[in-house]
Amino acid sequence: MRRTLIDGLLNGPLTEAAPAADDAELAALAAEVERAAAASLGRSLSIRHVDAGSCNGCELEIHALGNAYYDLERFGLRFVASPRHADVLLVSGPVTRNMREALERTYAATPAPKWVVACGACAKDGGAFAGSYAIVGGVGEVVPVDLYVPGCPPRPAMLLKALLALLNGRQRQSA
Amino acid sequence: MTTAKPTQNMVWGEAWGEATHRLASGEAWLVGLWADGGEARLALSTGRPELEFFRYAAVDGSFPSVGATHAPAIRLERAIADLNGLKARGAPDPRPWFDHGRWPVSHPLGDGAPASGGEPARYAFLAAEGGGLHQIPVGPVHAGIIEPGHFRFHANGETIVRLEARLGYVHKGIERLMTGADRTRGAQLASRVSGDSAVAYQIAFARAVEAASGVVAPPRAAWLRGLMAEIERVANHLGDIGGICNDASFSLMHAHTGALRELTLRAAGHAFGHRLMMDCIVPGGVLVDLDRDRRAGLRELTTTIRDKFPRLVELYDNTASLQDRTVGTGRLDLELARRFGCGGVIGRASGRDFDARRDHVYSPYDELRFDTPVWREGDVNARVWVRIREVEESVRLIGQILDRLPVGPIHAEHEPAGRAGEGWALVEGFRGDVFVHVRLDEDGKIARCHLRDPSWFQWPLLEAVIEGNIVADFPLCNKSFNCSYSGHDL
Repeated sequence: MRRTLIDGLLNGPLTEAAPAADDAELAALAAEVERAAAASLGRSLSIRHVDAGSCNGCELEIHALGNAYYDLERFGLRFVASPRHADVLLVSGPVTRNMREALERTYAATPAPKWVVACGACAKDGGAFAGSYAIVGGVGEVVPVDLYVPGCPPRPAMLLKALLALLNGRQRQSA
Repeated sequence: MTTAKPTQNMVWGEAWGEATHRLASGEAWLVGLWADGGEARLALSTGRPELEFFRYAAVDGSFPSVGATHAPAIRLERAIADLNGLKARGAPDPRPWFDHGRWPVSHPLGDGAPASGGEPARYAFLAAEGGGLHQIPVGPVHAGIIEPGHFRFHANGETIVRLEARLGYVHKGIERLMTGADRTRGAQLASRVSGDSAVAYQIAFARAVEAASGVVAPPRAAWLRGLMAEIERVANHLGDIGGICNDASFSLMHAHTGALRELTLRAAGHAFGHRLMMDCIVPGGVLVDLDRDRRAGLRELTTTIRDKFPRLVELYDNTASLQDRTVGTGRLDLELARRFGCGGVIGRASGRDFDARRDHVYSPYDELRFDTPVWREGDVNARVWVRIREVEESVRLIGQILDRLPVGPIHAEHEPAGRAGEGWALVEGFRGDVFVHVRLDEDGKIARCHLRDPSWFQWPLLEAVIEGNIVADFPLCNKSFNCSYSGHDL
């Protein structure tokens, strides 16, 4: 373990602080998220994820936000275990009929002010599962949605972009 | 080259009882149990390359229960009752499974009658009674970034006396959506049965349809499928190894495997245009070819993993405080793994030496060299080690495929004329064997597609291994199983 730790200290972070080429967009986003978060949220935004029926593809990419390359927490954005600690509900999947009540209850348990981000094509309108007897539809059918993130699943960089857009929207509201 | 074979050995009613008896006696294991129209269908394996199929005409809307003598069939029969409306006579558990009383229809794959409506009935969990016992309800919304399901613990202090899972929360009606779909739509749905197994499901669906319609995917397509499958396996195992360690509060490992996983997904995205490789495979072939530049990206990935992974293996092996949590925790008996036909890492960590790539061999694995690592201990530690060795094997396989990728077309030349038929495939995903059975109608459309996730035979075993463990070790055990909710719930 010592070698791994020493290497980690000597080699510097994997986090893409000065990324090149296709990651330039990500770096610009990162800077903007930081500015916006500082201005309106005191550098902190707590996110509660709810899977309302996804295929688990979205979850994999939401997980990726925490890895060393994206390192979500450096922006003050973090995932929390309880809706009672959350500012944002990040909801993935079409809402299944069997999950509808759980989503409604989670929303009700989140203190205001609160925002809902619908993650992925299914969360918009049911996606590939639209029209099924077992599906209510998109997240907007059940709780009010502030922002839709496109993609099936959205790439992690796209998810970062979405959180930024939300923060900017909030600033405009309060201005 | 090996092709997917059409469904064979279909035997009617009288043999049903005998098949059930063979399952109960351990001569064979259950591969699938589903209903198609007014028929119950049963697939079982004795370890030979061919599966055995049985069908039972449920004339009065019922069929003899398999679950009455063979527990792995119980939940499948409950699903059949909910979806098709066929009852298993003598079934030990009459409770609904997928139908939580919230759908507008009942028996969506059967008569599709309007549901009775009203308040959903209260679900009766199995009891554990005695002084000092208490219940802990968890879910369906969990604390982490994870799929929904409900776990009901009965505990005595910290010790778990009984765990029962209630699933079905992410039931999306995939098999109903499959009915009447064409191949393209079917492949799109197959990609999204369980996002982490997108490749395995696409291959299984494609091979089942190919078998049913008499199409053979060209060699290059089969090899590219194998390449994607191994990349998927590496990405998921890396995530799981880190996830298990993280659930034992050893986040250093999680950080490092997470970085390797990200590189794997990026390489997949670069090579095939989608990080999880959804919508890359269709019946007849694949949709994305691999040029020189993309091939180089995958080579670089294998070099990076070969370079970085051994250090992480050493880290796991030499951290006593971590092993203190994983060794001896959540032990699964070989006998139980065998009885449930438990595939994948979980079965192999308990000594069940089964690998669909080898035992139901399909292209390209008939031309590749690989080992199937098997551990005997059956604990969390063994499940970590099997994953570690499988990452190494899959990296070897990726190297072999990149070296020897055949040239030629990536899709069969002619779309087959529509014809009725049945076909099946058993594909080794990262979680275990994915079984798909399709029946095509005269126009070549899907009349019935049944998709059976390996999790069906793993979820019940999680309940068995957790007994006598402490509540705090549940996340560790659960992560070391990593069953799919979506793949199970359909």
